[in-house]
Amino acid sequence: MTEEPTARPVPEGAAAEGRGLARLCAVAALLAVGFAPFLALQPNRIVSGEGFALPALPAAWLGLPLAAVLAACAVVAALAHHAAVQALAGAAGALAALLGAGLAATALLPAGATLARVSLGSGFWLIIGAFGLILADALVKLRGGPLARITFAFAAVGAVLVVLAAGLWNDLSIMREYAANRDSFWQQGARHLVLVGGSLAPALLLGIPLGYLCHRQAAARGAVLAVLSVIQTVPSIAMFGLMMAPLAALAAAYPALGAAGIRGIGLTPALVALFLYSLLPVVANTVAGFAAVPPAVVEAARGMGMGPLRRLASVEWPLAFPVIVTGVRIVLVQNIGLAAVAALIGAGGFGTFVFRGMGQTAMDLVLLGAVPIVILAFLAAVVLDAVAGRARGRPA
Amino acid sequence: MITVEALTKTFGPVRAVDGISFELAEGEALALIGPSGCGKSTTLRMINRLIEPSAGRVLIDGVDTTSIPPATLRLRMGYAIQGIGLFPHRTVAQNIATVPRLLGWPRARIAARIEELLELFGLPPAVFARKYPHELSGGQQQRVGVARAMAGKPAVLLMDEPFGALDPITRTRLQDEFLAIRRRMGTTVLIVTHDMDEAFKLADRLAVMEKGRIVQLDTPEALLRHPASAFVESLVGSEDRGLKLLSLAGVTALMQPATGWTAEADGTFRKAGADASLAPLSASASLREAASRLVFAGVDELPVVDEAGAMVGAIAMERIIAFGGGGR
Repeated sequence: MTEEPTARPVPEGAAAEGRGLARLCAVAALLAVGFAPFLALQPNRIVSGEGFALPALPAAWLGLPLAAVLAACAVVAALAHHAAVQALAGAAGALAALLGAGLAATALLPAGATLARVSLGSGFWLIIGAFGLILADALVKLRGGPLARITFAFAAVGAVLVVLAAGLWNDLSIMREYAANRDSFWQQGARHLVLVGGSLAPALLLGIPLGYLCHRQAAARGAVLAVLSVIQTVPSIAMFGLMMAPLAALAAAYPALGAAGIRGIGLTPALVALFLYSLLPVVANTVAGFAAVPPAVVEAARGMGMGPLRRLASVEWPLAFPVIVTGVRIVLVQNIGLAAVAALIGAGGFGTFVFRGMGQTAMDLVLLGAVPIVILAFLAAVVLDAVAGRARGRPA
Repeated sequence: MITVEALTKTFGPVRAVDGISFELAEGEALALIGPSGCGKSTTLRMINRLIEPSAGRVLIDGVDTTSIPPATLRLRMGYAIQGIGLFPHRTVAQNIATVPRLLGWPRARIAARIEELLELFGLPPAVFARKYPHELSGGQQQRVGVARAMAGKPAVLLMDEPFGALDPITRTRLQDEFLAIRRRMGTTVLIVTHDMDEAFKLADRLAVMEKGRIVQLDTPEALLRHPASAFVESLVGSEDRGLKLLSLAGVTALMQPATGWTAEADGTFRKAGADASLAPLSASASLREAASRLVFAGVDELPVVDEAGAMVGAIAMERIIAFGGGGR
């Protein structure tokens, strides 16, 4: 009862299972190092090119040692008895792949060929994915606190940014695409955040009070949750499309609204659609959070003379908060992904690069949009998990 | 100080509480006792207006409680419940501070009160003040629950099965502790329970309830000797009521001067002409304990000693048997 969760020894079965995952990832990494194309050389940005596994790289002075280092990291991770060793092996492997990809790209690119591109192959992604999982698995076993996890996530993203800023990846196709879209990349990035934040904030402002109302009024609960569930089932592309007609009609009927930026395409319909998607997780988790407050606690608070407002502020809200934060996490990660689709109706965001790249069959342009979305979602999940963990961990 | 007049609560066609009246004097402990669904909890909750009465009224120091805002009224009445309802996100000290803070006591007075109550309930403040409820055992949680209910120096303490969820040993210990604290502090208590032994132990008077009405309101002894109905008789327990009666009175009530006893060196006593010497009975023992000792030793009489071990009298079996006289 008084036991600290962090002090609990890892059960035998869990440890074995954890090592199993590390081993599986290590085998995947080894196979990817040996046989999967690490980089691909393309005659130009559209045509798919020739793939090279690491041992087959023309620059054998780089390819073979890199393959050896990665293989060594995988073996160490698979055999590590201590989670810290596994974490180090995972981090070293990921970093080696990251640095090696940049160096190998420079070596692979024919001198003076202006149109040729080197893009990342499936081998690279498999290796990064495998070492990433090895690292994450080790961190779970190390049972770091919420703050440690946040620090680590930002450090990992920071390391990637340092590699990019140092120009080590400049000969990779994805960075060529970045160089060609430098200004609009950051603009669309800012727009992406506006889409996510601009839909989340009103969803919280409306969703949490609505959730509390549903908690108090059983009759409202069924109806509200049913309507929101139906909204949630509308496919995202259809939802963005559905927003266009009524908003266009609205803008046509009231020119003042149109002048204020409310139109059938662009930011407004995207914000409305994302807002609607956000409501169900917020409302449902708010209801669940308040429902989980023990009735005896509320009864005692009433019986001791706490008024309704004070009861809400100092008893019910703090106890419901961790569950509500979990809802916010769902919404945030969901909206970071969904906002990409908003580019279809001219709302901008990182999705712009994804759809433009698909149109041009330029996969590295697709990646230029997709990778930042994945990183944002990852960071949001880590930060909010930590907030929820902290709220829960505060002895409750 | 608390007067309940013709209090009634109807839920649809059901009269859960049907015109009950009683008075609770200052410093008195009254138990509302009866089977589940007899309306005892509803009655308690009408007193602090967690439930609004359908008819009748409750006066506190002569003032109708409906003229006092519910939150204000409840600050004057401590409230301890079976589920305890400690705030899981607050420490023991913060839990106990709830009502004093609502009352706006100065910080130092609250701190002193927390310390006083924790000491009183045998929970050293240095160890327990900063703990969270989930770090406490069930008995410790229940102590904190009662301490929290008493923190604002309420005019009356309302308790709804406060020791119900505990194992029998812990429950008995908490009852003993609470009894000692109540006697020391002179707390006025209204307690709801379905446990007759608990009611006999903690309450000065018992209101036996059946189907929303009080069928008998009396002292434990009167309930045992003169149950008003077969229902009350079954509730007080017809098999062992003689023993229950004995547990209500102390040996000093029936003690006679000791004659013919001589003290031995080891603290035992020998009756003139007897072979063996006998261990004496403490003056604080109940008649029930006295009877048990007499039966166990197989004798007619035992010496009674004070705390210092000096003989103050003797208790005889025939007087104990006569004590029960008058029962049917």
